[in-house]
Amino acid sequence: MVELSELQAKFGSELAESSFRDNRRIDVPAAKLFEILSSLKNDYGFNSLIDMTAVDYLEYEGAADRFGVVYMLLDIFSGERLIIRTAVNLPDPKLPSVYSLWRGCDWLEREIFDMFGIVFEGHPDLRRILMPEEFAAFPLRKDYPLKGRGERHNFPVITRSGS
Amino acid sequence: MAVGLPENVFMTRLDAAASWARSNSLWPMPFATACCGIELMATAASRHDLARFGAEVMRFSPRQCDLLIVAGRVVMKMLPVLQRIWLQMPEPKWCISMGACACSGGVFDTYAVVQGVDRFIPVDMYVPGCPPRPEQLIAAIMDMQAKVRRTGTVNGTEFMARDTPMGPEPFESEERYRIQDANLVQLGGFSAAMTAAGLKRGAANHG
Ligand code: SF4
Repeated sequence: MVELSELQAKFGSELAESSFRDNRRIDVPAAKLFEILSSLKNDYGFNSLIDMTAVDYLEYEGAADRFGVVYMLLDIFSGERLIIRTAVNLPDPKLPSVYSLWRGCDWLEREIFDMFGIVFEGHPDLRRILMPEEFAAFPLRKDYPLKGRGERHNFPVITRSGS
Repeated sequence: MAVGLPENVFMTRLDAAASWARSNSLWPMPFATACCGIELMATAASRHDLARFGAEVMRFSPRQCDLLIVAGRVVMKMLPVLQRIWLQMPEPKWCISMGACACSGGVFDTYAVVQGVDRFIPVDMYVPGCPPRPEQLIAAIMDMQAKVRRTGTVNGTEFMARDTPMGPEPFESEERYRIQDANLVQLGGFSAAMTAAGLKRGAANHG
């Protein structure tokens, strides 16, 4: 089991732990994210990236940062799980890609990029994955209207006599 | 002058004869994108047996079909595909929009889902329901057959009159708010509180 104090000794005291139900979460600063994740993989045996997602904290009570990016790690031999959270902000939200650690992050990072516009530097192929290439907005941002900005109406109309 | 006709010869108009033949051999193109597709399959399967109505020859190439059945929601990314499939079908062709989603977007009133395929391709028959029962789809196909027999012409001239888009104009309440807010600010005659409220709502919605 990875101890917070051990991580704090290595990476600085700003790491903070919290838990919900029986999920352990550790908040880390974005600048040290890659370092910490690669240590967790190489030294602590978290060999699997289960999931990776982002949260938009716009107008969220008590939130200081705009986006949270969450990594869910698993050690498949011991069954230990750990959640790593970090924060990024506008106008230039970016994080290092963890593609070199876990190949499984490929589409997860593309999805986060597609939905939130967070750029993962070092990702080999950072394109939209769900929305069409020419889509201009990031639809899971909280300031994007649910019904869109008219993109869904922006197609040529085929009439019966014209087809 | 009496002309003797053999027993199995009958006299009709060419239009009626062509429409009769077409209506009894509709070849559906199943464009099944979601749950409605399951009901479409059930309609063609043994229990409901679409074959009884001469429309069972589902073909998965639009080039061989004359009845497009849009079953399920169509998203932005899929709509160009749907339009291309419609254009690839040879004349004469018809379209059934099956289910709430295909007809109007259904409950999926979001940025990604097209709010009714009739905004972008011509539709002949709408089937309500979420999902419609196979009986409803069969009823729609029978109505479709009746429509073909009633209006069909041998060279398809009845289609030429339908030259306007059929779907409703896109007009969102979001859009209305945005216009309202812009007007409020422009007029400037309203109380400051109202303007502030309008601006705040606009800001929350549109950043
Ligand atoms: S109308 Fe209902 S059953 Fe049909 S695709 Fe939409 S949600 Fe599914």
